[in-house]
Amino acid sequence: MIRIDSVTKRYPDGTVAVDRLSLDIPDRAITVFVGPSGCGKTTTLRMINRMIEPSEGTILIDGKDILKEPVNTLRRSMGYVIQNAGLFQHRTIIDNIATVPRLLGWDKARARDRARELMGRVGLDPALAKRYPYQLSGGQQQRVGVARALAADPPVLLMDEPFSAVDPIVRKGLQDELLRIQDELGKTIVFVTHDIDEAVKIGTKVAVMRTGGRLAQFAPPAELLTDPADAFVEDFLGADRGIRRLSFFPAAGLPLLTTPVVAVDATAEQIAARATPDVPYLLVTGLDGRPLGWGEPHTLTAGRIDPARLIGHGRPFEHATESLRAALDCAVLSPTGWAVAVGADGRVTGVVSQQTVAEAIRSAHAAAPADEKAAR
Amino acid sequence: MSGLFEIPSDLQNTYWGLVVLHLRLALVPVAAGLLVALPLAQLCVRLRWLYPPVLWVTTVLYAVPSLAFFVVLIDYTGQTETTVMIPLAVYSLVVFVPALVDGVRSVPQETMDAATAMGLGPLRRYLQVQLPIAAPAIIAGLRVATVSSISLVSVGMLIGNQGGLGNLLNDGMIYHQPRLIWLSVIGTAVLAIAADAALVVLRTVLTPWMPRGRSAARPAPAEARPEPAAPVLKDAAR
Ligand SMILES: Nc1ncnc2c1ncn2[C@@H]1O[C@H](COP(=O)(O)OP(=O)(O)O)[C@@H](O)[C@H]1O
Ligand SMILES: [Mg+2]
Repeated sequence: MIRIDSVTKRYPDGTVAVDRLSLDIPDRAITVFVGPSGCGKTTTLRMINRMIEPSEGTILIDGKDILKEPVNTLRRSMGYVIQNAGLFQHRTIIDNIATVPRLLGWDKARARDRARELMGRVGLDPALAKRYPYQLSGGQQQRVGVARALAADPPVLLMDEPFSAVDPIVRKGLQDELLRIQDELGKTIVFVTHDIDEAVKIGTKVAVMRTGGRLAQFAPPAELLTDPADAFVEDFLGADRGIRRLSFFPAAGLPLLTTPVVAVDATAEQIAARATPDVPYLLVTGLDGRPLGWGEPHTLTAGRIDPARLIGHGRPFEHATESLRAALDCAVLSPTGWAVAVGADGRVTGVVSQQTVAEAIRSAHAAAPADEKAAR
Repeated sequence: MSGLFEIPSDLQNTYWGLVVLHLRLALVPVAAGLLVALPLAQLCVRLRWLYPPVLWVTTVLYAVPSLAFFVVLIDYTGQTETTVMIPLAVYSLVVFVPALVDGVRSVPQETMDAATAMGLGPLRRYLQVQLPIAAPAIIAGLRVATVSSISLVSVGMLIGNQGGLGNLLNDGMIYHQPRLIWLSVIGTAVLAIAADAALVVLRTVLTPWMPRGRSAARPAPAEARPEPAAPVLKDAAR
């Protein structure tokens, strides 16, 4: 555990970047520092690896004051990833990744083997090993940055806005990759961002900081969204926190209707049997079980339904793995107001109406204890 | 065999001997200048306030004619190669100091931060990160310093045949042999062009990590630093 104990950083010009900050960063979890630009996130992160020394207070790792350890030993036990990766432009990708192992005295062959292994882990084509950084895209460079930070298998990973400079699609890929790597490796990750969505997505716990370097709230993301400590946090979370909070409720509990579903080659009897007064439409699936679209029962030609004449089904959601937010989104975007649920294989497992999703949201809120506090 | 490259016996040397001598007189000061400039420039990078005065001093020293240096130095080092080399080394500083400072400063802050964060100490950061990344700027400086040094060596003839190929100029005038003057001028020019080409090759070899095309353009002396480029061109006067 990394304990930050009433730490203050005052720069020589008098700027107080961090003001009496105290919090415990849990092991093997992702702790995110989030806040507006200039609120002291980078300063906080850099005090952990002593690139900046605190003016007051102490930082302890597993009970040991970090000032007691030789500074380069401390740093080599912490991976560090920054915006734009900060790669060594004069070294090949593989030698970039091998930097810390080489510093730790590994021989060249072993360090390079390790670097190759890490390229695979972060999803980099091994063919890039001998390239130079300028030959890589921003997203690839960032992956190299992550691989380099992980090279010596440090217990701690410090990440300062690592994904801020890449475009949204690449960023989402990198975030998912980080979560996957974290599942495998279980590092203690301290992650800095100004993007609250990123914080909520990847953080096990999120520390919201306000200008002047003060901690506004330190809580798991769901709690943050449910119960913001004050107006600043609420404002920072943005207008649609109610919707975003739904990301933390699984869709798996949603009751699915399986009746109004027919295959594309359904007979007249099947169509008649599946049509119910509760549902004005039938969902037509291909022979492979994937959704094709909606149609009113009387418009469907028995035996050979024409997919081109169906109403679009919108994006389906994965019932077992996705959240109520995804289910609601699908229901809202569906032209019929009904969301299509699928399994991991893409086959339809049922359909659910906007009303049913709304009821599930109400009961999920009722069951969430943090919500009661908010209601008070 | 004799003929074109034959030179007067008072020089006690062959033409090729003079070429080698000329190269030594020109290149040893460049190397010495670089060795002095490396720590000096690093000091200027670390202590920002030091850079303007250092630059000023190198420029003033550059403005001192070599003849003035000779007059002072001859009391200590006599009519020797050293007397020729010292001013040449001093002159090279006006190119090297800014080339090194700019080169080292061109290393992106995030690269330095990453190096620090990975546990590279100041010496490792200098040797493994700053110097290699500054290499193109350093070599650009080397090219200017080398070419100017090769052209400046000839002035050493003033203190008794210590000017390499420049000694032929003197003899050419004494013996009224334009051939000797041509041998001197063309020889010097060829040396300068060859040395410059060698440095271009060196840069290509040392910087496979540079995007091609950007580095391919022939850097004017201005690439090292705009201001000292002007005095470099006036060297013929010395
Ligand atoms: N070296 C420095 N000297 C003076 N002030 C600084 C220095 N570094 C950062 N600051 C100031 O400290 C505050 C916090 O900076 P920083 O930690 O970089 O914020 P963030 O990473 O959250 O954007 C800002 O007001 C910034 O201007
Ligand atoms: Mg920052």
